[in-house]
Amino acid sequence: MLYIKCPYCGLRAQKEFSYGGDATVKRPNINEEVSSEDWDNFVYMRKSPRGKHIELWQHIAGCRQWIKVQRDTATHEIFQTAKVTEEIR
Amino acid sequence: MQKYSVFSLIKNAFSNHQNWEVAWKDPTPKSEYDVVIIGGGGHGLATAYYLAKEHNIRNVAIIEKGWIGGGNVGRNTTIIRSNFMYDANARFNEFGMDLWRNLSQELNFNVMFSPRGIINLAHSDAQMNAYARRGNSMRLNGIDAKLLDRDEVKKLIPMADFSDEVRFPIFGGLMQPSAGTARHDAVAWGYARQADDMGVDIIQHCEVTGFDVVNGKIKGIRTSRGDIKAKKVGLCVAGSTNILAEKLNMKLPIETHVLQACVSEPVKPLLDGVVTFGAGHFYISQSDKGEMVMGGDLDGYNSYAQRGNLPTIQHVLTGGLALFPFLSRLKMLRTWGGIMDMSMDGSPIIDKTHIEGLYLNCGWCYGGFKSTPVSGWTFAHTIAQDQVHELNSELRLNRFSTGHLLDEKGLGTKTWIG
Repeated sequence: MLYIKCPYCGLRAQKEFSYGGDATVKRPNINEEVSSEDWDNFVYMRKSPRGKHIELWQHIAGCRQWIKVQRDTATHEIFQTAKVTEEIR
Repeated sequence: MQKYSVFSLIKNAFSNHQNWEVAWKDPTPKSEYDVVIIGGGGHGLATAYYLAKEHNIRNVAIIEKGWIGGGNVGRNTTIIRSNFMYDANARFNEFGMDLWRNLSQELNFNVMFSPRGIINLAHSDAQMNAYARRGNSMRLNGIDAKLLDRDEVKKLIPMADFSDEVRFPIFGGLMQPSAGTARHDAVAWGYARQADDMGVDIIQHCEVTGFDVVNGKIKGIRTSRGDIKAKKVGLCVAGSTNILAEKLNMKLPIETHVLQACVSEPVKPLLDGVVTFGAGHFYISQSDKGEMVMGGDLDGYNSYAQRGNLPTIQHVLTGGLALFPFLSRLKMLRTWGGIMDMSMDGSPIIDKTHIEGLYLNCGWCYGGFKSTPVSGWTFAHTIAQDQVHELNSELRLNRFSTGHLLDEKGLGTKTWIG
């Protein structure tokens, strides 16, 4: 079981969360011309690194907030968590 | 090469089985090959075999970081089927079924292919309608499909919960009688033995550390055992695809996730086919040793760990218990995990790349094992002819930008959702 520290609720079991994928993917700006390559990159292309990965989780069975988690994809160690509006460095 | 038969078995019994030939050699890498296949799993071994057999390209090396058959080909739940609705997937996998049917004879290695049938259970009228549609599509592509009602299912799997109190009653199911299982290790070993015999170098414990690309053309690879020149390079590395893609500055529509499976203690024969639960993600079959082989959802987060967590196993087996209450009295023998190359539409990619001489075979999601022969066959064709075969003409990388997705399961880009 992973234990994830929700920035709003504290340390909670993984079962309370649902996964939202890579948090570093940026949506193309609204009301601007978007090339199909940019759109492709946003919708489909992923780096999926082995090692540190910044990702989105939702505390679905808790406060229901989306949060950012920095986690190692090889060891599952969690280094840092933050609100979605905050940066993880 | 020594032929395996009942006579060679008897002959070798007299010398206490001490004098069997090695099944494949352990060569040191040469400095140059016509084709280098990265990844010594089922797909890589099959590709090398069909390159040698179908295209007479024998100056081939398979580069494997660990040992052959130690990755997903030894970690899957051995299910073989072609019950797909989309033409591209159905034709591709039905061609593979034909390869499976002759594989033991062709490889002179008993892969124990056993067409014992697969039943996808339905638990609502809507699901029955969807299965009728899928079954009709399958039949149009020449695949056997049978829509079963509740009583027919009950005859085949009387041990399932048919009581009135169940949350998800069984309405019926879709059966592909020609689907089945095979012994996964034997598939890897059989391909390895024949490929080795035709001159393919199987190089184990050799990690790829980089690529030589000059002016958009592949020139060779760098490995932990020295540089190897190659005219063509094929990637067949499943869950490690993104690690190698990063070395090539390529971004792919792939995420790597961990998928777990488990087996129970062995029991007497009680389930002769493969059964999937229709109200959750759970599938089950019984191995020839008697173990119940079970699997289901991904753990649901990016992972390269080759091991998962308990909550997913518990969740999957909750579905299993709802279908087969007798499972609660079995002991679990072991659980394990493998890392899946989850593509964004749930279908595989077998294609050329923007780098000349570099070919890509990935995106197998939950179901790479069943496609091992046809994946190797079409990938070998793609590499040898430098063009895709009709069978993989829709399994291309550019389908994501052109919108020609093969979203068989309709999961969108979140393929980790069960």
